Amino acid sequence: DKQRTRRSINRIVVLTNADDEEELMEDLNVDDGSVDSGTEEPDCDGSERKRLKLLEAISALGGKKKRRIGERSEAAVNMSEFTVNAEGEGDKIQLSDLIQSANETQTVPLKTRKQLKHLQQQHNTLDSPLSKQETQRIQRDVAFQKTAAEVSRWKGVISQNRQAEQLVFPLNQESAGPKPMERVVTSWRAETPLEQQVFALLSANKQPTLDPVLTPVEKLSQRAISLEEAKIRRAELQKARALQSYYEAKAHRERKIKSKKYHRVQNKAKRKEFVKQFDQMVKTDPAAALEELNKIEVARMQERMSLKHQNRGKWAKSKAIMAKYDKDARKAVQQQLEVNKDLTQKLVRSLNDEEEEEEEEAAVGEPELMPDFVNQAESGLDSSNPWMKAQLPEAYAERLEEESVGVTPEKAEMEVNKAEEEEEEEEEDNREEEEVLLSQFEQRRKLSRLQEADVKLVPQVENQEEEDAAQESSDHEEEVEEEEEEVVEEQLAHFTSLFQAITKNSQDDGAERAAPVQMEEGLVRIRTVEDVELLTEDLVAADQPPQSDPAPPAENPPSTAAAAGKSRKNRRGIELTEVLTKDTVDIDVPLGPTVTETEDTSEEVKGQRGLISEAFAGDDVVADFIKDKRKHEDEGKPKVVDLTLPGWGEWGGTDLKPSTRKRRRFRLRSVPPPPRKDQHLPSVIISDKRNSSITLHQVESLPFPFTNPSQFESTIGAPVGRTWNSEQVVRKVTKPKVVTRLGTIIEPMTQEELMKGKQ
Amino acid sequence: MAPPVGTAVRRSHVGKKKKPSARYWQESQEQQPGEKEENKSEKDGEQNKESQQEKRRRPKKRKVEEVETHKKKFVSGKSDPFPGPVIVPEERLKKFRRAEKSKKPPSGQYKLKRLMAHSEVTTEMAEKQAARFDLLLPEEAGFLEADEGEDTCTISQEDIAEAVDITSGAKYFSLKLSQFGPYRLDYGRTGRHLLLGGRRGHVACVDWQTKKLMCEMNVMESVNDVKWLHCEDMYAVAQKKWLYIYDSKGIELHCIRQFNDVLRMQFLPYHFLLATASATGFLQYLDVSVGKEVAAICTKTGRLDVMCQNPRNAIVHLGHPNGTVSLWSPNQKEALVKMLCHQGGVRSVAVDKTGTYMVTSGMDKKLKVYDVRAYKPLQSYFLPAGASCLSLSQRGLLAAATGDVVQVYRDVWTTAVTKPYVAHRLRGTVWGLQFCPFEDVLGVGHGEGFTSMLVPGAGEPNFDGLDANPYGNKKQKQEWEVKALLEKIQPELIGLNPGELGKVDHASFQRRHQDRVEALGYDPLAKEKFVPRYKKKGRSSTGRIEKRKKQVAHEDQREVIKQTVEDRMKVEKERLEKEKKEASLSSNTSALDRFRK
Repeated sequence: DKQRTRRSINRIVVLTNADDEEELMEDLNVDDGSVDSGTEEPDCDGSERKRLKLLEAISALGGKKKRRIGERSEAAVNMSEFTVNAEGEGDKIQLSDLIQSANETQTVPLKTRKQLKHLQQQHNTLDSPLSKQETQRIQRDVAFQKTAAEVSRWKGVISQNRQAEQLVFPLNQESAGPKPMERVVTSWRAETPLEQQVFALLSANKQPTLDPVLTPVEKLSQRAISLEEAKIRRAELQKARALQSYYEAKAHRERKIKSKKYHRVQNKAKRKEFVKQFDQMVKTDPAAALEELNKIEVARMQERMSLKHQNRGKWAKSKAIMAKYDKDARKAVQQQLEVNKDLTQKLVRSLNDEEEEEEEEAAVGEPELMPDFVNQAESGLDSSNPWMKAQLPEAYAERLEEESVGVTPEKAEMEVNKAEEEEEEEEEDNREEEEVLLSQFEQRRKLSRLQEADVKLVPQVENQEEEDAAQESSDHEEEVEEEEEEVVEEQLAHFTSLFQAITKNSQDDGAERAAPVQMEEGLVRIRTVEDVELLTEDLVAADQPPQSDPAPPAENPPSTAAAAGKSRKNRRGIELTEVLTKDTVDIDVPLGPTVTETEDTSEEVKGQRGLISEAFAGDDVVADFIKDKRKHEDEGKPKVVDLTLPGWGEWGGTDLKPSTRKRRRFRLRSVPPPPRKDQHLPSVIISDKRNSSITLHQVESLPFPFTNPSQFESTIGAPVGRTWNSEQVVRKVTKPKVVTRLGTIIEPMTQEELMKGKQ
Repeated sequence: MAPPVGTAVRRSHVGKKKKPSARYWQESQEQQPGEKEENKSEKDGEQNKESQQEKRRRPKKRKVEEVETHKKKFVSGKSDPFPGPVIVPEERLKKFRRAEKSKKPPSGQYKLKRLMAHSEVTTEMAEKQAARFDLLLPEEAGFLEADEGEDTCTISQEDIAEAVDITSGAKYFSLKLSQFGPYRLDYGRTGRHLLLGGRRGHVACVDWQTKKLMCEMNVMESVNDVKWLHCEDMYAVAQKKWLYIYDSKGIELHCIRQFNDVLRMQFLPYHFLLATASATGFLQYLDVSVGKEVAAICTKTGRLDVMCQNPRNAIVHLGHPNGTVSLWSPNQKEALVKMLCHQGGVRSVAVDKTGTYMVTSGMDKKLKVYDVRAYKPLQSYFLPAGASCLSLSQRGLLAAATGDVVQVYRDVWTTAVTKPYVAHRLRGTVWGLQFCPFEDVLGVGHGEGFTSMLVPGAGEPNFDGLDANPYGNKKQKQEWEVKALLEKIQPELIGLNPGELGKVDHASFQRRHQDRVEALGYDPLAKEKFVPRYKKKGRSSTGRIEKRKKQVAHEDQREVIKQTVEDRMKVEKERLEKEKKEASLSSNTSALDRFRK
């Protein structure tokens, strides 16, 4: 009995995997213990049963193995039906079992034995076949790839069809139109003598006999360039590409150079070159020179629009702080401002007198176009502001410079109080008073100058800018980055200054001419209707054909008018009388009207009062209009809503006012509306009401492929109808996307179609 | 088409241009061959040089080339001296320029790119075609040329009429109608028919070229203005009290009582709108295709007796006694633009065909030319007597009447004119003035009747037969009417900028919603306000009612919050799912990844 158990344990050892061996060994140790105890203790049924159970448990640990069924020897739980139980019945036959017997028998040849041994040592066995799911997956994958490849062949055709303007189904139609003869008639020969003669002639002259049009080979040869040409062309292209790449590399290298001096020298050289070129251009090609000038003008405009060289950048602000203590910083700021000044200075193109006249005219015409803020004269110190330059004569500027010491603290004070609106208004008043004072000073000064009779242009005062340094700006880092642009700008600035030097003489002349006009300029304020009338009378008197003779008496009134206009504009920005009394052209009428309009029945209808009112309508026309315009402007302005509750959170009473802090806090100010369309048109009121009727028909959001409105608008803006287009275009534009022929079967595309496309 | 005035010239001052205007082929013919030859010679020279150089190296190649050129020559017999399509000159292309091109879209947006390219191609093609078809407008405008030392304005009408051919000469005539007082007039759109309205009630319509009277009657009331409607079958007469519509036989079709005291009328042909200005200060629009009043605007500016239309955008210009000219559309209750033009009252206004220039005359005896697009004055003239009536012709001649003299000016806007082009004295004071479309004729209605003057170069020589056909037969007219009705532009689309419709509306949602509310008359998105039911037994005390209201409000709010939270969750969930999907797609994951922490 004991022996049997031992054997069974051995079998278990054999059967279990190497991995489980250790575990089992432990079990076995336990087993042995139990066995030992079993041997020590007298055999009893209970212990035997326990032992069997344990064995069963151990054998169950083995995994999938069949439960060993013991021999029927005594009553047990698990008994086989068959009494006979072969040893090692549930085991697998190992190769070693077989080989052992082979080794033992002598009849087996040595070679075979060796082979067997070798076989025993070999371990590379075949993999077990993959599971069904896995194989299917792989098969599916492969199938998909194959099909995808096959389908993707159609991709080109499909995209082509999608892009096609028009698709005609069924697809493989015979193309309409003339066909070469040989395609239509296959077996045709020249039989009649005439035909034969014709063909003989044709063949003699090497003309195509069958196809009246060109043969495909001929077409190709016509289209193709010769090999030689192609080669030359290719070589040229290659060379160009190479050159370009060299140039790029060079430019890159040069850009990487960090030396400032190097760049400075180079810039200077460039500038010189440019000036030289321009001089030459003026002589040789005036048109190009003019274009160049235009470029400068554009640069000026851009500069004026941008705040590049002004006092609002990070760099400039920092410099401004430093400027007090650091000389270099001051210098740098100044330099920058100079650049700005140079760039923003207008070029006086006094190439001939006509243009000058035009300019003068423009100058007269300009005031009505100037925006209001010109007149506000906020700081008067900001020389970087081109508007100020345009407005202030040099004398005024000087004056300002003298006074600036006195003015600045006031200004600073004002800025502190900026938050208070009421005070702001006061401040404005102050400013206006100052302005009046200043202009009076200026006038006096000018008068004294007139007495001295030395009229000359004082160059723009540059010291002024030192004071302004606190405000001027431009971003230093940006500057560094945009060196390239800088070069151009500097070039331009330099050039402008040069050009100004050249044209200074003519400018001086112009200034002399303009001086008297400026001197007479004063604050002639038009308050009453009489004034307006006087002005207009003057003008009417002055109205003479301008071409005939610009007589001195005739010159006077417009200048005063202009002066008056300017002064008034200083007040409120628009000058209507000027618009109305624009220089008129008299028309000579060969036939004077003989009949006075006595038969004006409409006026009879209107009655006496209407007549009178109409006759005197002109008197307050301007004032009325201004009032109307003011009203419209005020309507558009956002209203300040005051939500302060007096007595809320503080003492209330008859004499108590809510605190300013509170008032400020509860005053709601809405966003100012966009500027009015008529802000530069003094004699026009444009309603800024939205036309809501058309918006119901407008597109609100961009349709799919478009990314910005201009694209959409340009596409939709092209008319389609017959009224604006020729028939051909209409037909092309309104072509249907798909055309099918009635009664024909539309077959799906075949492989041949694909091949055709490839060919 | 009017035979251009002065085809048979005997006198010196009336005539066609001595040198016919340059045609594009002349230039191209003259230039192209020259260029060609130059090019050729240059090329030949180069080729020769090359060939000489090459000869030394490889003479064989040269032979091949020769053979090829030989072949080419024979293929099509003669070579075309002007290969390819005819080049359209840039100037002419500019005339037909369509919408501005936008920048090319950035790379990647293939669909957009394709679309833009297609539209660009078609636009270009349309432009080119239109420019090419300009060739089909062969007629040229006539003009008047004076001898040396002579002014064109001194040439009398009789002289002109004598000089031109008989048909044109017959267009100078006068109708002596002294009985029914000063006449207003109107030419139809095709220029064939003339409508006369005497102040004292005489209304007549005439086929003025054949001098055939279509109808004549006296309405026994004072007549303020007459106007043809869209075709020559109907016309409107503004009588003393109401507005009447008659047909060409003189039968009264309608009496429109909504339109009272009408002084001036304008007909907007593409909108089928009859705009009237009344003595009571009302500007009214009547849709003549459906007979409905489209808009009635109280201008609040008193009597309106100066009126004209801008043919480009169908905006009505009104002149007022306070020197302003105001622009109106039926869609806005206030003036779109007000311009202060004169110091005295405005007497007359005219706008040119292209809608670029406006000419005004006022009590201050001035005549001013404005650019109506920018509202800026261009020219200002002083007329000794002031102009009472103005009219602009299709080709931009300006007729101004001062008392009994009619003066016609040329190029008023570009250059400062000092002398009239044509002047003519009439019997009575001028009351109405209009250029006849497609004819070199100016019709003048005055106290003593009607005068038709010859003004060479006034009318457009080339007419568009599909738009206004002076020679259309009955069938064509009928067809035109149907088409015009189908293509009628709705009055809502009238605005200062006619291209506004093609623009994208940038307004905010609130703004648009407001518009919608205005158009519909109610707010479609508005929520009904909760009104608590009245309950008895003291359960409708103020406090209770407030409580109930609050409850409802809370409930609503809860719903809103719930909705927003749900939405947010949904979005979050979707996002997560998407991320997961992306992650799974982006990396090769094994089945064991689910155990990964």
